[in-house]
Amino acid sequence: MKLDSKIPEGPLAQKWTEHKNHLKLVAPNNRPKIDIIVVGTGLAGASAAASLGEMGYNVKAFCFQDSPRRAHSIAAQGGINAAKNYQNDGDSTYRLFYDTIKGGDYRAREANVHRLAEVSGNIIDQCVAQGVPFAREYGGTLDNRSFGGVQVKRTFYAAGQTGQQLLLGAYSALSRQIGLGRVKMYNRHEMLDLVKVDGKARGIIARNLITGEIERHSAHAVVIASGGYGNVYFLSTNAMGSNVTASWKIHKQGAHFANPCYVQIHPTCIPVHGTNQSKLTLMSESLRNSGRIWVPKKKEDAEAIRAGKLKPTQIAEEDRDYYLERRYPAFGNLVPRDVASRAAKERCDAGFGIENNATGEGVYLDFSSEIKNKGKEVAYAHGNHNPSEEEIIKLGKQWIEEKYGNLFQMYQKITDENPYETPMKIYPAVHYTMGGVWVDYNLQSSIPGCFVAGEANFSDHGANRLGASALMQGLADGYFVLPYTISNYLAEEIRTGKISTDLPEFLEAEKRVKDQIGKFLNNNGSRSVDHFHKELGNIMWNKVGMARNEQGLKEAIDQIAKLREEFHKDVYVPGSADELNPELEKAFRVADFLELGQLMAMDALQRKESCGGHFRDEYQDAEGETLRDDEHFSFVGAWEYKGEDINQEQLHKEELKYEFIKIAARNYK
Amino acid sequence: MASKSININLKVWRQKNAKANGAMETYKLDDVSTDSSFLEMLDQLNEQLVTEKKEPVAFDHDCREGICGMCSLFINGRAHGPETGITTCQLHMRSFKDGDTIYIEPWRSKAFPVVKDLVVDRSAFDRIQQAGGFVSVNTSGNTIDANSIPVPKQDADKAFEAAACIGCGACVATCKNGSAMLFVGAKVSQYALLPQGQVEATDRVMNMVRQMDEEGFGNCTNTGACEIECPKGISLENIARMNREFLKASTK
Ligand SMILES: Cc1cc2nc3c(=O)[nH]c(=O)nc-3n(C[C@H](O)[C@H](O)[C@H](O)COP(=O)(O)OP(=O)(O)OC[C@H]3O[C@@H](n4cnc5c(N)ncnc54)[C@H](O)[C@@H]3O)c2cc1C
Ligand code: SF4
Ligand code: FES
Repeated sequence: MKLDSKIPEGPLAQKWTEHKNHLKLVAPNNRPKIDIIVVGTGLAGASAAASLGEMGYNVKAFCFQDSPRRAHSIAAQGGINAAKNYQNDGDSTYRLFYDTIKGGDYRAREANVHRLAEVSGNIIDQCVAQGVPFAREYGGTLDNRSFGGVQVKRTFYAAGQTGQQLLLGAYSALSRQIGLGRVKMYNRHEMLDLVKVDGKARGIIARNLITGEIERHSAHAVVIASGGYGNVYFLSTNAMGSNVTASWKIHKQGAHFANPCYVQIHPTCIPVHGTNQSKLTLMSESLRNSGRIWVPKKKEDAEAIRAGKLKPTQIAEEDRDYYLERRYPAFGNLVPRDVASRAAKERCDAGFGIENNATGEGVYLDFSSEIKNKGKEVAYAHGNHNPSEEEIIKLGKQWIEEKYGNLFQMYQKITDENPYETPMKIYPAVHYTMGGVWVDYNLQSSIPGCFVAGEANFSDHGANRLGASALMQGLADGYFVLPYTISNYLAEEIRTGKISTDLPEFLEAEKRVKDQIGKFLNNNGSRSVDHFHKELGNIMWNKVGMARNEQGLKEAIDQIAKLREEFHKDVYVPGSADELNPELEKAFRVADFLELGQLMAMDALQRKESCGGHFRDEYQDAEGETLRDDEHFSFVGAWEYKGEDINQEQLHKEELKYEFIKIAARNYK
Repeated sequence: MASKSININLKVWRQKNAKANGAMETYKLDDVSTDSSFLEMLDQLNEQLVTEKKEPVAFDHDCREGICGMCSLFINGRAHGPETGITTCQLHMRSFKDGDTIYIEPWRSKAFPVVKDLVVDRSAFDRIQQAGGFVSVNTSGNTIDANSIPVPKQDADKAFEAAACIGCGACVATCKNGSAMLFVGAKVSQYALLPQGQVEATDRVMNMVRQMDEEGFGNCTNTGACEIECPKGISLENIARMNREFLKASTK
């Protein structure tokens, strides 16, 4: 099957406007005749369901949590970007576009990213109108901060809870539509398969997680907004339920899966503490605005710290290696995530890590300079031009608390250490997946009528995602892109009429799901689902993690295939099918992760270059920076499913054309 | 962060489904790292149960970082456990001692029926929100520039504090009357404090309060237990503000 990205012709800045002007419409009186299914109620799904409901379509929305308000998006901390130039520091649509393309290591689509930058301002207007309480300046205007990879302040935020406030905003818009009866919400429902009729997406099979009932739902179009697949690593910053099932099931039905190997490893997470750990916690990147990252300069000091004989506060200023500031003076602590993560790994691999655990992995994020600087500023602002050291520190801590209080509290709860007094310990962790279902410019997958939005699609980020751009993309897709592009598709459907769920295709799909459930429950193996998930996570982190090489990837491919076999032979799933059964839910998810994991390793193996979050040991320069190969790898790698054996998947290449910006080496020095 | 291992005894509420009768079951769990979170301890229990081919304990959770509001649990008679200002997923086993017996029960409230074991149905909260917890603005993108209506920082901060409610239901579960006033008060306050929410203020508070009553939540008698157990520090001030809004609306 040929990949057609459907990127409109014409000058970059006009593409979206021109495209919109020529998309087909569905008249308001015809919209109630059309059903749309939205899977997922994170930022992408909730905003899409609300917008489509408001337009007058019949919408059915699904999520596996007990309420749409709990989707994983709720956890986003730092902020959302928008090119508003409120701070008058030179920001513009073009600059946001440019930073994002460069941040993505020139592996994203120009046209998509430009559209994202264009609508970014609208998102903020929309959210404020909905009553999202963004942080404000004393004058009553919106406040901004800065994130990694950029030199302007364009990030809007609500303390360290931006995702929560944006999701609650989208949830309120969705609630309004549910109240008006235009959206029907299915909580605690999990989509377990897609139904295709005559090649088009026509519905889903879902399991009511409370009663276990297998339900058939039909629609004229299906939107998948089911989030990312970072949990393939078992340990990640994702919520426990985040999974790939919806995306993977449509992949098996013919949707190409693009760039699966692009995983973002976030530099500022709390290091792993032990073997019973279930997830990792992110400390927002916004902390890098105020914290300085360092490890000891001397190996002896690092060893003494790991052994508990020295405290970080006892290391003199001149014995600290602020390695980001040293290596990247222009961006310093605010280099993009992939750069910061790799630099931390490099220091820890070299023996300078500070965490007292088996791996010695951890670096410091230190707020002491900021506490002093800000304390002094505040004292001066209060008219006290001769503050004592104590006063300065007190005011500085207050300043920090106001800005990052909830993050500091979160850190203290988890580690039992007070970050106001001693530097935080951080280490990179799996965070966001840039890969996902391949979609064209209209966000349609290679299955007609099946659209994919938010983190579940691959489209806008490239090989790396800059901070505060995932929230932007989710809301852009749901509020401002899908309403137009779906209507264009649905314009052909106004005469279709209701789609019967008694069609043989529905029965077949239902049977697939029921058979799978039967297999799991009757398997009578000896090991828990988690056991296999953790094994998979180990292979993924060690061989398809922050750095990859040919040998490791080949080993991973084999090991995962074997593990998958073992899983199906030996997994034990207790309970029954007709009740709330969390182990059964996990079994479905892990089965899909096992297949995806193998594909991720295959994708990483074929990409013989280093770019963004994908770092191949073999392709680096003398200073350890990534070596991209634009001549051979400037493409989106989209995989086509070819049956049970993942090794048979076929790679298709969508060439990336850079017409409007000049590709350059990515340099943050 | 000196990590230790402790052995504990657990008394856990087991209930097959909404209709079945429930009972406390006793489990012994060894080698629990004090660095584990409370939910990781339950994972460990479940792993043990699965290995013994027994059915694991169902409990709600997702983000495991105190923000989604999905985790619940009455632990030793307190919502979200012995510490204040946190959710169950933020509680760590270092809060317990070797040999402790820990009682774990689901949220108790008429409006939150038990689904299974420790899982309850909190969809009443969603229905309250659907009755009016929003600003009626179309998602067209044709809204005015975000900075065209300045909002005093103080108001914005207060609205944010109210909006920080995670909808966990600890307030309801803790209240001897099973009242949802703290939750609803927080929502009403968020919009009452912002210029964007003004137009529909009257309808909003009337509709949300009506729905709250219909869902079978009890009345508020100003006991204040909700505020103490709220993991997000939502203050009673919000209930007062809601009452003022309600009075204003009902006398219109
Ligand atoms: C800790 C943390 C901090 C972050 N901070 C930031 C930040 O500051 N700025 C930023 O821009 N980004 C941030 N991100 C990234 C960002 O939050 C996510 O990428 C984004 O919210 C994803 O939104 P989504 O709508 O695509 O998916 P999600 O929010 O993950 O929603 C997925 C939805 O799909 C549903 N679902 C999944 N599978 C199924 C199924 N099979 N059946 C039914 N329903 C299903 C779920 O129930 C859920 O409703 C952060 C992420 C994390 C984890
Ligand atoms: S008010 Fe507090 S206790 Fe009640 S639901 Fe909100 S966060 Fe939970
Ligand atoms: S699991 Fe999300 S708040 Fe506890």
